[in-house]
Amino acid sequence: MARLGMVIDTRRCVGCMDCVVACKTENGTPEGMNRDWITSATRGRFPSLTLTLQSERCNHCDDPPCVTCCPTGASHVHDWGGVVLVTREECIGCKACLASCPYDARYVHPDGYADKCTFCIHRVEKGRDPACVSVCPTHCMHFGDLDDPESEVSRLLASRRHHSVLPEAGTRPRIFYLE
Amino acid sequence: MSNQLSRRRFLRITGAGAGVAAAAGTLGSLPLLRAGRGPAEKGIRTVPTFCDICFWKCNAIATVRDGVLWKIEGNPDDPLSSGRLCPRGTGGVGAHFDPDRLRRPLLRASVRGEERWTEVTWDEALSHVAEKLRQIEKEHGPEAVALFSHGIGGTFLKHTLKAYGITNAAAPSFAQCRGPRDVGFELTFGEGVGSPERTDIRNARCLVLLGSHLGENMHNTQVQEFAEAVGSGATIIVADPRFSVAASKAKHYLPIRPGTDLALLLAWMNVLVREGLYDKDYVSAHGFGFEAFAAEITPFTPEWAWPETGIEPDVVRETAREMARYRPATLVHPGRHATWYGDDTQRSRAIALLNALLGSWGRKGGFYQPAAMDVPAYPYPPYPKSEKGKADNPGRKYPFASEAISTGIREATITGQPYPVKGWFVYATNLMQALPNEAETIRAIQNLDLLVVVDVIGSEIAGWADVVLPETTYLERYDDLNVELFREPFVALRQPVVEAPFDQKPNWWIARELALKLGLEAYYPWKTIEEYLDHRLKGAGLSLAHLQRRGLVRGGKPPVYYEEGVVPSFATPSKKIEFYSVPLKEAGFDPVPRYSRPEPGPPGSLRLLFGRAPVHSFSRTQTNPVLAQAMDENEVWVNADVARRAGLRTGDRVRLRNQDGVRSDFAVKVRATEAIRPDCVYLVHGFGHTSRMLRRAFGRGASDARLVTRYRTDPLMGGTGMNVNFVTLEPEA
Repeated sequence: MARLGMVIDTRRCVGCMDCVVACKTENGTPEGMNRDWITSATRGRFPSLTLTLQSERCNHCDDPPCVTCCPTGASHVHDWGGVVLVTREECIGCKACLASCPYDARYVHPDGYADKCTFCIHRVEKGRDPACVSVCPTHCMHFGDLDDPESEVSRLLASRRHHSVLPEAGTRPRIFYLE
Repeated sequence: MSNQLSRRRFLRITGAGAGVAAAAGTLGSLPLLRAGRGPAEKGIRTVPTFCDICFWKCNAIATVRDGVLWKIEGNPDDPLSSGRLCPRGTGGVGAHFDPDRLRRPLLRASVRGEERWTEVTWDEALSHVAEKLRQIEKEHGPEAVALFSHGIGGTFLKHTLKAYGITNAAAPSFAQCRGPRDVGFELTFGEGVGSPERTDIRNARCLVLLGSHLGENMHNTQVQEFAEAVGSGATIIVADPRFSVAASKAKHYLPIRPGTDLALLLAWMNVLVREGLYDKDYVSAHGFGFEAFAAEITPFTPEWAWPETGIEPDVVRETAREMARYRPATLVHPGRHATWYGDDTQRSRAIALLNALLGSWGRKGGFYQPAAMDVPAYPYPPYPKSEKGKADNPGRKYPFASEAISTGIREATITGQPYPVKGWFVYATNLMQALPNEAETIRAIQNLDLLVVVDVIGSEIAGWADVVLPETTYLERYDDLNVELFREPFVALRQPVVEAPFDQKPNWWIARELALKLGLEAYYPWKTIEEYLDHRLKGAGLSLAHLQRRGLVRGGKPPVYYEEGVVPSFATPSKKIEFYSVPLKEAGFDPVPRYSRPEPGPPGSLRLLFGRAPVHSFSRTQTNPVLAQAMDENEVWVNADVARRAGLRTGDRVRLRNQDGVRSDFAVKVRATEAIRPDCVYLVHGFGHTSRMLRRAFGRGASDARLVTRYRTDPLMGGTGMNVNFVTLEPEA
């Protein structure tokens, strides 16, 4: 079984937010609510500075607390690719998952259910990349099977130093940032 | 006087309360606004077209779901976007749904600038315009009407007005943007860098950016190639007073003092010549006047430049040697928005000369030779001849201006010299934010008998209009063909994806109807745009039906470098690259660029700099509901130490007051950051809207344009250097 994840090259990323805009149009997210976002960190003293830009979203963790805490089973791990999803009809909007997510990746949709990144499973099932990956003008985002040593994402992880966000939360995130 | 007028107008606006009409749905709570082919349409369809959110004109594929516009993606066949649009293009969906877009023709119902309107029919609006045009023609001649236009959509309006007899048509993109760069390169190589620029960034092994903030400035092909260059380990050198995104990718970041780029360029050239690192074969084969040039730059050592630029001599030498190491694949980027300090043509010429020393013009990794497919123009009758000529540059005051000077037309409108200008057409450019010193624009407007604005959305200039004509967005119309001059030439079609939601009309229809009302039917042998497009395409051996299916036709991959067989040729008087310019000398200018120190501002003030954000185009996208969600106000970047001393923290709100006492209309958030020098502040352009037609954007952030009351005119070509204003920060209680 595939274990889908993302590898994002922070050297190439310019923080243009195309991933954010593409997600919004692809998925029709509500006004002011986003499934992905850019973080920006400037470090140092002028002019000896570094800037780190990261496109972030649900990490589709291997040990997802949002799934274990869900009282109805709406939050679940999808059979294919291990993608973490929410069954809207089963969600009661209790927000337990929002509280449990170390990445603050979820919001409550105005229609009453918890919502977040789906890795664009509707596209992935048709053999396409998620909208954010396929739109990126800098080609900084890569998507694929982390369990397949021959996949592009696995080869990138093997070849470059990388980190994930909040690994100390212990949820085993599946988005990695190349340094 | 005019500033006061503007101030009063503004107070009236803020007191005026609610806007014109009820808001339609925004994205997410779609579609109160009916779009597409109506509720009957089911399923998914895709339509190829090309983008209009900026002038890059990337080819795109729009998807419509159940009759409603869903998304826009890059056309994989497109050499510009390679199938990936920039965030603005991706968010172009919002242009269609924007609740603030113009809906019906408007006639002014009270004094100019009050934004009080009467909605009228197209027939009433165009009859009114035609009548005014006939009156102006009778009293002053057709030359008294001028057109300001931006983008491909202005083609047909320009045609109608030229048929009527205008001689004055200007794009602010010349005198307020790329003009100095184009002229500087024309004087040196005999031709400009074009648009899209002929920069071979993807093959550059060393890329030098001077203030050019690729990545924030989202010209798609360039940003894609910039990322490619970064990814492949090219050496990036960035000189910028602000630690831009591009600077963060650089091996060498040079935190240059604003306005001193020419000193840095001279010092770099000095090192290359003194150390013999330049491309001697290239220079001797193609250069003219090198000896005189070399003598002229001898005094301008890195030590000389140091007190000007603040860049240490060792850094200047190291970066110059790095450039030489990778030549000719070293590209010193010419930039685009070049109207900074009034010496901009000479600075651009220095950039051209530095490239010439590196042998990068015409070479792989430098500047390639673009090509275009041959698509004949439509065979119209000749336009009427004028005795009066143009009004923008009387007596060739600016001898090297190679296009019309927008601010020259404004000046003629104010003074009535060389002849009165009484009518303005403004197409898709917000002159109030594009031209410097809005007081002069307002003074010019006082002298007009007619001001017509044709646009998709409202704007500050639309607020001053007598007649506002609502255009369909690019997603709802045909336009002229894009015959692209590029390394991989192509011809592309823009075509309607969905229907316009209200009574908007495409520009070709507006232009044609106006022509018919003016009795100019001889200039419109075609009745529909499809007829026009098909005629042009047939002339090129292509068909409209094919382009409707595919979006574009590509013209192969011609040779683009000297090493591929392109024959070097230079359309200069010497037929060579002019290191020394006799035309400049004869006109009384420096034949080799010389540096002069920028004038300082009042004590305690900070130089106002401005630039771009990746999710907005000019001042035209701030109401786009998709893009506004990504960025709905700007911030003023203030150096962290400066902010600390002023007791300001990130998120505090301040007003900016400039050297002439003009205060920003609204408070703007402070971004206290290490990422900018302590002697300047920075704003993203396009915010701080004062037009109540732009409900979503009204009052959000600060407008740099409002604070650009001073400008320094480039004596070579009339460009308006705008980075010569200074502000202080006033905390908002």
